[in-house]
Amino acid sequence: MTRETWRRIVSALFVGACGLAVLVALVPLVMILFFVVRQGVQALTLEFFTSMPKPVGEPGGGMLNAFVGTLMLISLAAVIAIPIGVVSGVYMSEYAGTRLATAARFAADTLNGVPSIVIGIFAYGIAVLPFRQFSALAGGLALGVMMIPIIARTTEELLLLVPGSLREGALALGATRARAVFSVIVPAALPGIITAVVLALARIAGETAPLLFTAFNNQFFSTNVRQPIASMTVQIFTYAISPYEDWHRQAWAGALVLVSFVLICSLLARVVTARLQRLRG
Amino acid sequence: MAGPAPSVTLRERTSDPSPAAGNPKIDVQSLSFYYGAKRALEDITLRIQANLVTAFIGPSGCGKSTFLRTLNRMNDVLPGTRVDGKVLIDGQDVYAPDVDVVQLRRRVGMVFQKSNPFPKSIFENVAYGLKINRMSSGRAEMAGRVEESLKQAALWNEVKDRLHESALALSGGQQQRLCIARALAVQPDVLLMDEPASALDPIATQRIEELVYSLKTTYTIVIVTHNMQQAARVSDHTAFFWLGKLIEYDRTDRMFTAPREKLTEDYVTGRFG
Repeated sequence: MTRETWRRIVSALFVGACGLAVLVALVPLVMILFFVVRQGVQALTLEFFTSMPKPVGEPGGGMLNAFVGTLMLISLAAVIAIPIGVVSGVYMSEYAGTRLATAARFAADTLNGVPSIVIGIFAYGIAVLPFRQFSALAGGLALGVMMIPIIARTTEELLLLVPGSLREGALALGATRARAVFSVIVPAALPGIITAVVLALARIAGETAPLLFTAFNNQFFSTNVRQPIASMTVQIFTYAISPYEDWHRQAWAGALVLVSFVLICSLLARVVTARLQRLRG
Repeated sequence: MAGPAPSVTLRERTSDPSPAAGNPKIDVQSLSFYYGAKRALEDITLRIQANLVTAFIGPSGCGKSTFLRTLNRMNDVLPGTRVDGKVLIDGQDVYAPDVDVVQLRRRVGMVFQKSNPFPKSIFENVAYGLKINRMSSGRAEMAGRVEESLKQAALWNEVKDRLHESALALSGGQQQRLCIARALAVQPDVLLMDEPASALDPIATQRIEELVYSLKTTYTIVIVTHNMQQAARVSDHTAFFWLGKLIEYDRTDRMFTAPREKLTEDYVTGRFG
């Protein structure tokens, strides 16, 4: 066999191995989607979205309270995490070399790796225990704390990608440093930041553990931030571990809605980014 | 550059003060500049006259851009740098402790080598300086100033129907003229240009040069260029820098026809650089 032929065979083997690895990586995703869709669609009726849960044994019913609850929880989380995350991202990129920035970056990376149940315990400690009350606020706080490092680190990285020439341009026109950052550099990175926020929202919408002892759960319809509140994930968990066939079907349908939400968020993020970038030429 | 004697076209001049004359717009006195321990500029002393175009030439790394950036303190943003000496603009030292850098940069505008329009609309780009310096009191006044600046930069006719489209959709030459309009909008006295045409094609370059020539009636212009023909075409005075030193500074026609220094002669005739 000539060296040439041998090289071709090795090359083909490697390309084949890479392709195979990709397929293996995709298998779980495809299977999850397949199962969730197959099991979920049967219970996915209009009633599922518009009505409250029914007692065991009664057919039908939906997860209205959990939909509203999840929306409220992620809104609360966004209100907490977006300002803190974006502004600390700005700090980390602007004062990149300083000790505080380095410490903040390390802290963010560590926080990112903290198990979500631990973050739940933290929120339980500071927002549930003192008030002796589970609440939507505590749940939102737990999810917000999870979002902060994601948003901060992404914002930092996106800001560092903005060309330095834009900063110089703004400074040369008499802008102060703060003005240059908030009127030129952050807007230039905005499409990316929006994408990061949407993806972070999608990520925390699927969290269960931090909600178990913060937002708890609620059988009733509630929009009171100081009361316990239902969420899709905790509802799915509750239904899934129950012994009732009816509830299992509802859990599958809930899972399908959750997966779709994440998927839609990702698509939305792409569309928004593409739009904004086209507007900029 | 190839060939021993480049053909250089010089503008006709009638009355042209020498660079050393009377009351200069910018008076630089023994200026040295350091990047950390490295001295990038050595003891530069030169005077720049009002309403003329002064060109800085020299090979890459000779310090001409660094020098330009000391005039509006753009080097302040670089960490580990230090300045010695004085830069007087209208008699006031820009490195004096009570100087407001923001105010200085409004008076001494700058155009960069690579055009850097903000990712905003054409209008917003020109209006940016007006907004941050609170220089206009209403929408109508602002629109007027934007139009005036775009006209001064010879860009108005090309963009008047698409002021609210992205500046990034403009061609390279248009983007650079937009950056000039943006700098003019805040009504500076001095305009610093750091190789403003080096990334442009010959036609766009010609337009920038014509623009520079027409702007000098209103502004004091300092232009850095690595293109000697360009310096000869647009400038009244030329300063030649080499290894961080000012080698020679004189009227442009003399610099290109009868330089006093051997080094200048070698450079302008293309023997090195």
